Order: sequence, then C-alpha cells, then structure tokens
Amino acid sequence: MSPFLRTAWAVFWKDLLVERRAKEGANALGFFAILLLFLFYFALGPDSDRIRAALPGLFWLAFILAGVLGLGRAFALERENDCLDGLILAPADKGAIYLGKLAGTTALMLAMEVIFVTATGIFYNLDIWAAVPRLLLVALAGTIGFAAVGTLFAAMTAHLRAREVLLPVLLLPLAVPVLLAAVKLTDLALAGEGWGPAWPWWQLLLGFDVVFLVAGLLTFEFVLEA
Amino acid sequence: MIQTSGLVKLYGMHAALRGVTLEVPPGQILTILGHNGSGKTTLVRLLATLARPTAGRGRIGGHDLIDGRDEVRRLVALVGHSTHLYDDLTPRENLAFWETLAGRRADADQIDAALARVGLDGQADTRVRALSSGLRRRVALARAMLREPRVLLLDEAFSGLDQDSTKRLEDYLHAFKAGGGAAVVVTHSLGRALAIADRVAVLAGGRIAAEATRASLTEEALQRLYLSATDAGA
Repeated sequence: MSPFLRTAWAVFWKDLLVERRAKEGANALGFFAILLLFLFYFALGPDSDRIRAALPGLFWLAFILAGVLGLGRAFALERENDCLDGLILAPADKGAIYLGKLAGTTALMLAMEVIFVTATGIFYNLDIWAAVPRLLLVALAGTIGFAAVGTLFAAMTAHLRAREVLLPVLLLPLAVPVLLAAVKLTDLALAGEGWGPAWPWWQLLLGFDVVFLVAGLLTFEFVLEA
Repeated sequence: MIQTSGLVKLYGMHAALRGVTLEVPPGQILTILGHNGSGKTTLVRLLATLARPTAGRGRIGGHDLIDGRDEVRRLVALVGHSTHLYDDLTPRENLAFWETLAGRRADADQIDAALARVGLDGQADTRVRALSSGLRRRVALARAMLREPRVLLLDEAFSGLDQDSTKRLEDYLHAFKAGGGAAVVVTHSLGRALAIADRVAVLAGGRIAAEATRASLTEEALQRLYLSATDAGA
C-alpha cells in the first residue's frame, strides 16, 4: 500500500475505532433518527401517499442533520489533547488525512442512512424495498459530496468558538447542488422511474462530488495550517 | 542544527517574541527558563512549525522553518503541554497511529520497546482516558522517542512526572545528546536546567535576556542570572 493510502486508512480506521468505543455520535444520531420518524408521523398522519411524497425530503433532512452532527464530532475528537496540532505536525500528505476523515464521516453517515431507511420502511409500513439498491447508490454519491465539502469546512471551523453555528451556515449553501440532485434522484428511485430522467441529476451530483473531492484534496493542507 | 535569527511573533498588537536569535549545534541541549508569558511556548511552537514567525528566520537541520517545514517536521519531535493522544485509543494504538502518519511502518516490537522505555509496558492496552496525567505524558514521550528525531522540543515535559520517569527522561536526553541530537527544553526548574543543559537561556519579555554555558554555572549563579534577567526583562 502506498504511503498516501496507508495514511488515509490509518485516519479512517482511527475515526471508526474511536467512534465505536465512545458511541457518543452513534447514540445521538440514533435518538435523533427515532425522534424525526415520530415527528413526521404526527405531522403527515397515516396516509401512506402523503408519507411517500415527503420521503425524499425526510430522508435528506435526516441525512444532513446527521452529517452536520457527525462532522462536528469528527473534529471534536481532534480537538481533544490538541490532536489537530499532531495532524499538522505529521510529515504526512495532508490530502491523505483529508481522505481518511472524509471516508470516516461517509462511513458513519452511510451506516446511519441504512438504519434510517430501514426503520422508515418498517415504522411507516411502506414497500420501498425494491428501490433500495438505487437508493443506496444515491445515498453513497450524495453522502460523499456532502462529506467532501463538510470535512473541509469542519476543519476550517474546528478552532473557532462559534463552530457549531458557523459549520452549517458555511456548509449548507455550498451543499445545495448536491442536496437538490440527491433529493430528486431519491424521488425518482422511489417512484421506480428509469435511468433516463435521472441522468442529468446524476451528472450534476457526480460532477459536484468530483469538484468537492479534488478541491478538498488540494486545499486541506492550507485549511489545516491556516 | 537549530538556528534562529531575530524571530518575532505578534498576536495582534501583543508581541510574544521580540527578536530571538539562538543556535543549538548537534549534540547540545539548550534549556530555556522564564516567567509565565515570557514567550517560551511561542518559541517552541515556531521551532516546531506549528506557528509562523511574523519576522525573522529560523532553520532546523538546514531547512527553513517556513519554506522547508515538511523537512523540518521529519526531523523534529515535540512534547508540549498537550499530549496529542486520543483518549479512546490505547497507548499502543496511539503510537501505531502516529508512526503511520510519520510515514513509518508501525512495528509492534519497537512500539513495545518504546513503551517499556518509559515504564508503560504494563499499561500498553489500557485506554488513555483511564491513565493519569503523568502516565499520559509518558506515552507522549514514548511517541517522541519512537520517532528517532534529530531535534527534540520539550515544553514542560518534566511536569507531572514522578522521580522514576524523570530519571528515565534525563537518561534518554543524555543518550540523545550523545547520539548527535539537539534539544530545546523549556522548564521552570533551575535544578532540572542544570542537570540536563549544555547551555541555559533566560527568556524575558519575548527576548533572550541572558545566556550562559552550563560549565560556568552553579545553582546559585543560575538563580542570580535568572532573577537579574527576569527583573530586567519585566
């Protein structure tokens, strides 16, 4: 394995190990997901058509809020004992550190998304299982895009006192193209539409994934050392 | 090995360093003394490349602190006020992680040897969260030793250490020096400064107010030097 990938893997594995042991993020996300399901059930009522129409928004609302929580948590653990300084001092490619942090956040968000989609299907008694493979693809691409830009801003705001306020304020406007495409693709996947109408949205989503990913890899060093 | 010329560091209107010039050749330990707020930690952060000087230049191992910071980071190990340890990982896992980030293969035998060297072989698999602050500092020292650095920067690294650990660190510093390494050690203890230093510098008001070789100093002489330098700088 190249030094770049070895560094990225070490950061990824460390984040997952810390999260598995601390369980702070997982507990908060689990509680939040259940709360959201209850709230939407009371807001929309038992009408399955209304629920199905609201599902793309419900999914991505949950994913975004879980992502913001997860990103905050990913850099909160770097503030413990000034580990962020250790990352700056490490003579490693900072792009690899970015990739590791991004992969860790993506993995945790995806785990939460799988649980949330499954719980939604069971709790609301909806037959969404046929759409699950395509939903997974959309979730993967949307989550990578969101986490790619989110990791950059979470690192940027990690040292600031108002980071909990600033992170969503900076991140969400920039993530709008990713979220628009992801919500639309989720809607098309749930409706069982073919790939044709979805293709422009896929182009938008994958295009932003590539742009954010490359921008993150190239600029993370400057963000970390600023 | 370490050379600085007129290092200045401003935080807004506050000058933390006002032109620090120093030189530490290979095989020497420079101990820095000074009151709280005299600029000791700022100097260490500049040498470690954690902060950029506002003015002045510095080189470590021939590499500039700004333009050659990646090369400087390969040569330097820092043990400062913070341990840079993850509380939910064990000492063994922490050391393996930081070794990988230093671009080295995390060799299990070397990690065990480093932990044994600081007397932590019995707690290698205990989470850092469960260790006392003294034991955490020992893990941080083990991480620095494992790096086999050419330059060691210790900022209050002796604080919180018991007698046994202090002796181990002093022994390591003597061996490090004999191996051609250069170290800057910040301490508040005059006795410690005399025990390990080849040269002692007193920082006051962001300037080196006094400097002397170890050979020319007794404890009383160092105390007089410290008091006169800090009075003059204050």
